[in-house]
Amino acid sequence: MSEPILSVSGLTAHYGDFQALFGVDVALQQGEVVAIIGANGAGKTTLMRAITGVARVSAGRIRLDGCDITGTPAPDILMAGIAMVPEGRRLFPSLSVEENLLIGAHARRTRGHWNLESVYRLFPILRERRDHPGTALSGGQQQMVAIGRALMSNPRVLLCDELSLGLAPVVIREIYAAFPEIHASGASIVVIEQDVGQALKVADHVHCMMEGRITLSGRAGELSRDAIHDAYFGATH
Amino acid sequence: MFSLDTILQGLLLGGLYALFAAGLSLVFGIMRLVNLAHGDLIVLGAYLILGLGTVTGLNPFAAALIAMPLMFALGWLLQTRLLNRVLGEDILPPLLVTFGLSVVIQNGLLAAFTADSRKLAAGPVESASVAVGPVHMGVMPVMTLATAVAVILALNLLFYRTALGRAFRATSDDAVTAQLMGIRPQRIFAMATGIALVVAAIAALYLGTRANFDPSIGPARLLYAFEAVIIGGLGSLWGTLAGGVVIGLAQTMGAAVNPEWQILAGHVAFVLILMVRPRGLFPRAID
Repeated sequence: MSEPILSVSGLTAHYGDFQALFGVDVALQQGEVVAIIGANGAGKTTLMRAITGVARVSAGRIRLDGCDITGTPAPDILMAGIAMVPEGRRLFPSLSVEENLLIGAHARRTRGHWNLESVYRLFPILRERRDHPGTALSGGQQQMVAIGRALMSNPRVLLCDELSLGLAPVVIREIYAAFPEIHASGASIVVIEQDVGQALKVADHVHCMMEGRITLSGRAGELSRDAIHDAYFGATH
Repeated sequence: MFSLDTILQGLLLGGLYALFAAGLSLVFGIMRLVNLAHGDLIVLGAYLILGLGTVTGLNPFAAALIAMPLMFALGWLLQTRLLNRVLGEDILPPLLVTFGLSVVIQNGLLAAFTADSRKLAAGPVESASVAVGPVHMGVMPVMTLATAVAVILALNLLFYRTALGRAFRATSDDAVTAQLMGIRPQRIFAMATGIALVVAAIAALYLGTRANFDPSIGPARLLYAFEAVIIGGLGSLWGTLAGGVVIGLAQTMGAAVNPEWQILAGHVAFVLILMVRPRGLFPRAID
């Protein structure tokens, strides 16, 4: 197997005295989609925050293309090519839709597939609403802005935290319909999902997390519903 | 009841207070930092212009042009070396540090320049006036208000039309998410304080040419600036201009009734407006 574009090994993280991650190992191959599933509080978001440099890492290594990026400040992680769609979207309320997109390319101005025009082609509704405050949009449209904002830096790795949270199934389908084009643009993708069905549909590999540990890993097609159920809720003995 | 002249003088004086307040408003808007040393930094700027003028022989306007980049550098250093270290969830440490800074600047100026009051001599323009209909207006006060409007306009363009302004607003909204965009909040803050001190240098020019100054007058300038910012609504730059004009008008009208009431009238106007509009005249929609 070739060198993964993103690899996390033995990652441990704390929130104060509370240990959120216990030696997590995850690898993302170039061009792959990896899904991380698990219940609330399983440590999925902490893992994302650690990768993007927002949360501190207690032990373990994070590598991007073989380079150690553990403990690198968040802005430098973005510059290295990892962009995140944060949980809850976190649009900037003082910025219009278009400004929210532009700020995604504020620091990392890499030539690539993604710019205002291609993001508007991907999500045409955003062009219509470009001058509205980002937060005046519906939840699904806000999620589109958050994805577009992350894409504007032409990331090599895109992290998506809970895209479907609080959205209607039809809206979730609409958002995931954008994935083939994002994938085709060359970005490798990590999605965090509570919606197991959606995760299995979109991902090549799936990791299930529980209480800060990876409890199950495998190819999306090869994991049985029962195994996922056990890994998700804890095995019943 | 009040002559047209009184009202115009008040309007023009408001320009000076808006200049005092613009830098304070900018810094508060971006990093929620109340800089208690802002008035003293303006006075420091006046001494800087005075010193540059003495050394180079330039008039205060030219000296102020040299002082502006120096004040930017001072603001940048102040933010990166000192204020960035104390900014955080707790609002008390930055307040204490800027209060301490205020004391340090006052005493530093006292040691360097004595307590003697000084003035920036701008030459004949100081006493020049223009006739507008029935009233005569001093050229300097008119320039002060025009400069205040220009500064507020420029800051607004910077804020709402440039990539830097976008980064200012994004950082002010949510500094953690801004970092995910590759924005370095500490650098943004340094830029903001640098710009605020450039505006302070402009304010210093008009402070020093209008009247005498000495090392102790900073806190009173801070108070007027603060009132202007609050009256206008926190974080609104046009509001800050309006707030400055309100204080200026109130002071001039108060003085027209009884010269002893000048300062008091400004403070009374401040209290009255807060009673009617607790969030100021132009509160920001999002906070």
